[in-house]
Amino acid sequence: MTEMRRVTAIRNGTVVDHIPSGHAMQVIRILRIDTARATPVSLVMNVPSDKLGRKDVLKIEDRELNQEDLDRLALIAPEASIAIIRNHAVAEKMRVELADDLVNIARCSFSNCITKNNREPLPQRMRVVAHGPLEVRCYYCGRGQEIDELIENII
Amino acid sequence: MGDVVTMDDLTNDEIIEILDSAERLVPVAKGEVNLPLLEGKVLANMFFENSTRTRMSFETAMKRLGGAVLNFSSIGTSVAKGETLYDTMQMIDGYADVAAIRHPRQGAAQYSADAVEIPILNAGDGAGNHPTQTMLDLFTIRQAHGSLEGLNVVLVGDLRYGRTVHSLSHALVRFGASLTLVSPTTLRMPDEIVSDLRSHGAEVTETESLKDQIAHADVIYMTRIQKERFPDEDEYAKVAGIYKLGASDLSGAKKAMAVMHPLPRVDEIAPSVDSTVHARYFQQAFNGVPTRMALLCRSLGVKVPKKVK
Repeated sequence: MTEMRRVTAIRNGTVVDHIPSGHAMQVIRILRIDTARATPVSLVMNVPSDKLGRKDVLKIEDRELNQEDLDRLALIAPEASIAIIRNHAVAEKMRVELADDLVNIARCSFSNCITKNNREPLPQRMRVVAHGPLEVRCYYCGRGQEIDELIENII
Repeated sequence: MGDVVTMDDLTNDEIIEILDSAERLVPVAKGEVNLPLLEGKVLANMFFENSTRTRMSFETAMKRLGGAVLNFSSIGTSVAKGETLYDTMQMIDGYADVAAIRHPRQGAAQYSADAVEIPILNAGDGAGNHPTQTMLDLFTIRQAHGSLEGLNVVLVGDLRYGRTVHSLSHALVRFGASLTLVSPTTLRMPDEIVSDLRSHGAEVTETESLKDQIAHADVIYMTRIQKERFPDEDEYAKVAGIYKLGASDLSGAKKAMAVMHPLPRVDEIAPSVDSTVHARYFQQAFNGVPTRMALLCRSLGVKVPKKVK
């Protein structure tokens, strides 16, 4: 637990542990944490971990992640463990689980996909076709999506 | 549901059943037998992109079975005014019982299928899929070889943008085909498709040379390098006309080897091939009629009688 003391404990909010080393900034993006206006966020990178070798940890104050956030998170941190903190205590523990069908999480990166017309009203949808390594395709056009592109195209 | 967006919408048994129905419908497709199975039904031909064979064979198929056809083209209609695909399809949902859709954007057929109640037949979406073409291709291959099982199939030309080969390769590996993919490196089969084919346990070989493949092939499937899908003229010029098949190239071929092409051809197949026993492409174009008849019947829940007379 020494790495947990690198930043102070939070009163209320969420701790995202076991983020793959070096990916905390991507998690910030994928959770749409507005870095200009958000409440305090503590970030620990590249700390030793039994499970992952090295890992990143994120503490987000005054925000409780919901299921939709977890669905997004699963794209880059499928092993992450989540603790919801209320009044300094762990009130809830959650694990991320990558759904097979990702609805309105990210836009398709393919320039000729039907969904590129942003007036089209149906939701953006991605299918997870493989978990290790992660392979995600647009439900409509079938194009494979690079994880970096997905993060870039988060809705 | 009766949607056919990709070949994944049909099981192998369903594919065989449709091919069997199509075979029984050949006399109807030729106009020799009158069989108004689809009387009172309306097909909407939704072509947002040009088509000759696909549109016309859908129309003939529907009309030969006693049905009616609405022909839509995006030129000069509400689409030109900026209507979304969703809205256009809502209209058609009220006008027709089944729709065939061709669209320049990939994913348009799945999108349409999700947008409406009526069954959607994908008649080509960008560089995506073209499953009704695949069905007529399979029909033609079965005609030539008596079976779909375990064939050596050589796919040639534009494998990157060519939607016919995308759908066809998916279907062939399900019947145990070995595939040889012949293309210039710039027009290689997309990685996700090659990975899908291999995950089916298929033997897939990629090469740039056609000549070495002729002797062991059961089917040589030629495709046109599609100028309209290239971002610029220079890139097209580099690869235009690189694969050409003439009658003299086929001297070492197996007797039953079938040369196929979704057409239109430019110069991939010389006219000298037309009179050889290998040429199957004109028959292939006709086969679009009975296979699309069978597909329309399936989508509309109409059984094709066991005996057609």
